[in-house]
Amino acid sequence: MNITNAQYQSLKTDDVVVEAKHNIVAIINGVKTFVPIDPASRSYAEIMRQVAAGDLTIETAD
Amino acid sequence: MSRARDFADLAGSANAGGLTGRNLIINGAMKVAQRGTSFANPSDDTYTLDRIHVFNGNDGATTITQDTTVPSGEGFYNSIKFDCTTLDGTIAAGQYLSFNQRIEGLNNAVLGYGASGAKSIVVSFYAKSNLTGKFCYAVRNSATNRAYIKEFSLTSANTWERISFTIPGDTSGTWLTTNGIGAIHGISLSMGSTYHGTANQWNTSNVVATSNQVNFLSSTDNEFFLTGWQVEVGQTATPFEHEDIGTTLRKCQRYFCTWNTGWTGVSAGISYQQSSSVSLPVKMNHTPDLVRTGGTTSTRYPSSNFGTFHANSDGFSSFNASASTGGNESWQATGTADSEI
Repeated sequence: MNITNAQYQSLKTDDVVVEAKHNIVAIINGVKTFVPIDPASRSYAEIMRQVAAGDLTIETAD
Repeated sequence: MSRARDFADLAGSANAGGLTGRNLIINGAMKVAQRGTSFANPSDDTYTLDRIHVFNGNDGATTITQDTTVPSGEGFYNSIKFDCTTLDGTIAAGQYLSFNQRIEGLNNAVLGYGASGAKSIVVSFYAKSNLTGKFCYAVRNSATNRAYIKEFSLTSANTWERISFTIPGDTSGTWLTTNGIGAIHGISLSMGSTYHGTANQWNTSNVVATSNQVNFLSSTDNEFFLTGWQVEVGQTATPFEHEDIGTTLRKCQRYFCTWNTGWTGVSAGISYQQSSSVSLPVKMNHTPDLVRTGGTTSTRYPSSNFGTFHANSDGFSSFNASASTGGNESWQATGTADSEI
């Protein structure tokens, strides 16, 4: 799985960030993909594997 | 096969698990192709026709398509076709080409694997290739430390053959009974020695073929077709269980589906806001990956945008706000939801 440009999306309520890591947006095999924070997700598991291996960094949410 | 034999086998199947819904393989007739019908040398560890996963790590290239070549008189109208387009005459130890179905643990649980009383299964399918010789079928657990390999032979070139064999239940190992991978059923087309094991026994390592496995990538003339893939409880293969397309599609949609919705954006004085919600056709295996694939766009709503989304296995909603103001707009959006295991 070729993963680039990973970035967290935050969740805001009343303009206040209530969840800094609500989901991840990444380019996976060339496609912009919205990935849930869910260990059952193959994409999420692979993202975290690549992060642990030092091959990928997830940017913080804007 | 005689009608009396059919009834006898079905009666045996009824004792084992039921007359309908007995096939643990989803989309065994290769009818559902929501992702598309042609995949030119797909990436390793990816999906093609619905529920058909491919391991594709080698120096060759293979195009995978949904085909209409089928065994005559058996009620099929689709098969999956593998066409070698770039050869790899020598498969290195760690290289491979195989296709698989990962059976969800909640479905595989009926077999009682990992404990005494684990049930035998019968695997059957129709296959055809110009390449004759031995191929290998394997069943593994999610940890890939339990693996049963069964060799099968295609003996007549370019001729459909119905293959069937029994695999004894595994009374050892850990086999998930959750929404994760309960069992991985796979057919090797080319397989390096790293993944070679011993046939007709439960191995304790990640092996899927024997050294007798043919190399499908040996020639660009090679083609391989398969349909009517069935895995059922018992000792005797029964006729393939044909399903109506709606039933098979619904089963597939638990793991992958397409969606189509409208987005409406309204000016809110100092900002511009859009929102939408989508109910997925069935409850998916888990919260899906979401991709927007098409629909109408505008400067506020480019083709790949979702805004911030909230999703679970039932559906998702999207919300987007920008500082710019403007008139009201509406868009169509199409996309995919993927919760394959």
